[in-house]
Amino acid sequence: MSKVLPLTGNEAGAEAMRQIAPDVVAAYPITPQTELMHRFADYVADGIVPTELILVESEHSAMSACVGASAAGARVMTATSSQGMALMWEILYIAAALRMPIVMPLVNRALSAPINIHCDHSDSMGARDTGWIQLYCENCQEVYDNVVQAVKIAEARDVLLPVMVCYDGFILSHTVERVEILQDHEVKEFIGPYVADRPLLDLDHPVTYGPLDLQDYYFEHKRQEAEAMRNCKPVIQRVAGEYELLSGRKYGPFDEYFTQDAEHIMVCLGSAAGTAKAAVDELRDAGEKVGLLKLRVFRPFPAEELIAALSHAKGIAVMDRADGVNSIGGPVFSEIRAAVYGHSSAKISNYIYGLGGRDIDIDMMKSVYQDLKDGKYAEQAYYIGVRE
Amino acid sequence: MPEKGWRELPIGGKILQGGNSVEYETGAWRTYRPVVDKVKCINCMRCWLLCPDSAIYAEGEEMAGYDYMHCKGCGICEEICPVDAIEMVLESEKDKIPADERGIKAVEGAKEEVK
Repeated sequence: MSKVLPLTGNEAGAEAMRQIAPDVVAAYPITPQTELMHRFADYVADGIVPTELILVESEHSAMSACVGASAAGARVMTATSSQGMALMWEILYIAAALRMPIVMPLVNRALSAPINIHCDHSDSMGARDTGWIQLYCENCQEVYDNVVQAVKIAEARDVLLPVMVCYDGFILSHTVERVEILQDHEVKEFIGPYVADRPLLDLDHPVTYGPLDLQDYYFEHKRQEAEAMRNCKPVIQRVAGEYELLSGRKYGPFDEYFTQDAEHIMVCLGSAAGTAKAAVDELRDAGEKVGLLKLRVFRPFPAEELIAALSHAKGIAVMDRADGVNSIGGPVFSEIRAAVYGHSSAKISNYIYGLGGRDIDIDMMKSVYQDLKDGKYAEQAYYIGVRE
Repeated sequence: MPEKGWRELPIGGKILQGGNSVEYETGAWRTYRPVVDKVKCINCMRCWLLCPDSAIYAEGEEMAGYDYMHCKGCGICEEICPVDAIEMVLESEKDKIPADERGIKAVEGAKEEVK
């Protein structure tokens, strides 16, 4: 019997963390992640979870402590945003390359400068090559569901990669929504006990972590990491299937919202996908053949599945909530276009939106579909919502 | 031994053993090697204490020479010896100094024979 609660994204994340009850959490506060850790710290202080909570002096230390704890053999989690993620950047690569299955709610917030505490995807997009698996959430229910699934995905034997569950700062983290929670024992059984791969604390089988690699071995170790990321896709599908049996909720690499017969498709990640769905509803009522592809799994990038879902379209608009600052456009656009190249005659355009928490509404989404209908495309990204 | 491909190596760069760094001959990096005059040596053990590579043998209460597999020739022992019993000599000229395989110098006219 699941419970329905009114929870913010942060509260939903904290609830998932409570049920997962990781062995170690090392974290540092940053808006808009703070309330997630506040709530979890309360659980620790009240003895509700047996987690060893290490209140470190910075995010760099947080991720370093997480890597150490994970190497020791603990199930480890942390959480951060924006500048905090940027500060732990070197350790993100290390966590992935040492194959530590750390799970981290990442509350998307714009990177400075100028200082902005509101939502955009520049933080997680900046980490897209770190070797971390990336899942994006449209709403608070998905925050809860993705955090729970993330543990199982990360710990799969032929994956062993860290996972970041990305959700929009303030828009999801601080907004109350209806969230269905599984029972404690259901989550516990779903994720199972953590069986570490060659932990440091197994003194009968001594092991060295993090030695020096020279020109003769580094490439092979990196090739292994790349293979692990490729192994993720079937694992993510399997875990989603098992989760569906438990929760009744279906997950895949993306949601296809009226895309199957659509002429014009928008690709979007995060909470704005919800706004786009509302725009699709209005346009479909008016007889327009439009659809929305809401991308959930950004890493590993589901190229094959996207080709199958998108190549029939006449026009595709890719929405990026982060700018690549590369004179072309955003990161999602670059990858979608590369994936679809040679498989489709669709024209693809890019819209940079919502930077620093700038709002995007249904009318703005509809105007993007109108652009597609009008055959408006450019080699460089359009900026939607900025004052010219 | 042919080098292993990525499928054969342990993942994450892990070395599935403990304490095997001793197999790496860091002594091959040396430019200067220390030699010790055991007649001058007072066995204060400062060299043994301060060697960054733990490359000095201690036997009983005596300084018993060098582990040249791991001595990198940093010269700290020569620097801190209070009685100047240690001398750094060019690795290329080591055969000119009469010393055993542990770097203990044979000194002419010594009353005791050192091991």
